[in-house]
Amino acid sequence: MMADPAFGAPRLDAPQPLAEPQLVAKAEAKSEPLIKAGSSHVADEVFRYAMLACGLCVLALVGIIIYELAKGSRLSWHAFGLSFFFRSEWDPVNEQFGALPFVYGTVVSSLLALLLAVPLALGVAIFITEMCPRRVKTVLAFSTELLAAIPSVIYGLWAIFVLVPLLRRFVQPWLARYLGWTGLFEGPPYGIGMLAAGVILAIMIVPIISSITREVMTAVPQQQREAVLALGATRWEMIRTGVLRNARAGILGGVILGLGRALGETMAVTMVIGNRPEIARSLFAPGYTMASVIANEFSEATTDTYLSALVEVGLALFLVTIIVNILAQVLVWSVTRGMPARSNA
Amino acid sequence: MPEDTAASGTFTTAPVSLYRRTVNLLMTSAAALAVVLVLLPLGAIFAYLVYKGIGALNWDFLTQTPKPVGEIGGGMANAIAGTGLILLIASSMGVPIGIGAGIYLAEYGRNRLGDLVRFTADVLNGVPSIVVGIVAYAIVVLTQGHFSALAGGVALAIMMIPTITRATEEMLLLVPNAVREAAYGLGVSRWRTTLSITLRTATSGVITGVMLAFARVAGETAPLLFTAFGNQYWNWKVNQPTAALSLQVFTYAISPFDEWHRHAWAGALILIILIVIAVSAVRIAASRGMLKGAS
Repeated sequence: MMADPAFGAPRLDAPQPLAEPQLVAKAEAKSEPLIKAGSSHVADEVFRYAMLACGLCVLALVGIIIYELAKGSRLSWHAFGLSFFFRSEWDPVNEQFGALPFVYGTVVSSLLALLLAVPLALGVAIFITEMCPRRVKTVLAFSTELLAAIPSVIYGLWAIFVLVPLLRRFVQPWLARYLGWTGLFEGPPYGIGMLAAGVILAIMIVPIISSITREVMTAVPQQQREAVLALGATRWEMIRTGVLRNARAGILGGVILGLGRALGETMAVTMVIGNRPEIARSLFAPGYTMASVIANEFSEATTDTYLSALVEVGLALFLVTIIVNILAQVLVWSVTRGMPARSNA
Repeated sequence: MPEDTAASGTFTTAPVSLYRRTVNLLMTSAAALAVVLVLLPLGAIFAYLVYKGIGALNWDFLTQTPKPVGEIGGGMANAIAGTGLILLIASSMGVPIGIGAGIYLAEYGRNRLGDLVRFTADVLNGVPSIVVGIVAYAIVVLTQGHFSALAGGVALAIMMIPTITRATEEMLLLVPNAVREAAYGLGVSRWRTTLSITLRTATSGVITGVMLAFARVAGETAPLLFTAFGNQYWNWKVNQPTAALSLQVFTYAISPFDEWHRHAWAGALILIILIVIAVSAVRIAASRGMLKGAS
């Protein structure tokens, strides 16, 4: 950025007689002559501080979020301490609160979503960046972006009326018959439950993971690809050794970013997970997540402790997603900003 | 392979083994299959929205308020208006602050404070929307003593700010320094340069950022659950509970009534039309404007 004094100072200083001590003193404060010459200095300063205030607003918002969550959850923290996250009781009537079922539901549904979404997202990213013709590329990229623009509540609506019946009628009986021995697919196939939540989450996070993956794959220099191809590699070998290996930190970042999104996702999950605070081994069983318990019970929480317990769940969710997101950012930056050429590492 | 070429002395193309060709083919088809599997739900969602939504969509839906359970008909006019009201409140707070913070980052933010703000904006971007709802509840609803459109607007504004900030910064940084220097050289003051030269040059990019943020919050439901709360009747007052399209879709979708399910689909269709218009506007702006250089 250029400071205006750099232009103005010499010209304004030059004609002034240096002999007079007063003026020498003035000349030492280099920008001062221009301050007086430029009538807009005050306006400049006002503008600068106004913009600074906007910037500080962002800072303040995060401060307020942390403060309000901490303040709101104090009551519950005093009542249950750290054991809040290891108790599985959730009994608003007797004011006994433990968040374990929600933590479990959030973790399991998110991991299930990652399991389904990561291979798909990688495939889409690979296809778009390395395989498909240019014209198709823009269409596909636009379509996946569109998938990211659909609101969560519409995913939920679709899941309730289309996905859940599909799961109930076709997928779950099949899974129960062939994979029932694992214990993961037992019990009555309601359709609604952990599996449905995982599937809808997967559909929702595919666009995020694939767009980040595309970004980091594009950041890999073209020479890498050409070099590997010149050694006689097939296209897949080129993608694997030349592109994926160089972009792996960034891809991991994209995956973690998707995880962050899945952890905090509320509406679609709330609509299909079944909302029962229980820990069950079977993925067919209904569950509950941290975000959905807040969504369902916050406006109905009658006692202070109840409300406070919900805020504490929110605080935990906030902290976890923040950590996950920061980790992801660092990983993505390491590829898109720095040199991706540490292929021998 | 090196032995082959060394032995023959000349460079020949060795035939690619069947195994490698098979793997190549398998992986290529797997990637193509992934694309199909991802586009399938996209197609299904849009097809269902149109198929189910069109059927329930009529003039009444757009002009009337909801009818009680059991009665046929009624609409979501108040929810459409409510969404408009909440988005208006959110934009009037979020857009100026977001653009201002973006200007700060691009023009004055090359220092540690700037880095901190940039980092915080990214953090804010990752905050789950339901958590933003809790915070808006704590700072607006608790202070006012009741649910209100204002609280919903504040929640959505908080969600808009980081997106707009980062987009504005990115777009302003794309403006060549020579443009700024030219303005300074003509004696234009700094604030004037920033507003009428730099920001003006980056307008289309900044608008893209704003529209993306808008599209992102337009369908948000979670932060409105206990801020705007919903309302069965018309409301134009900023400090009263307000219906919103997304909230109404949610309430109707989880209800046990068929008539309400039909309305949920129609509401979702309206919502997605609004968002697709916003996103396509962004696309058109992006293909013509200076976003080209960015991505």
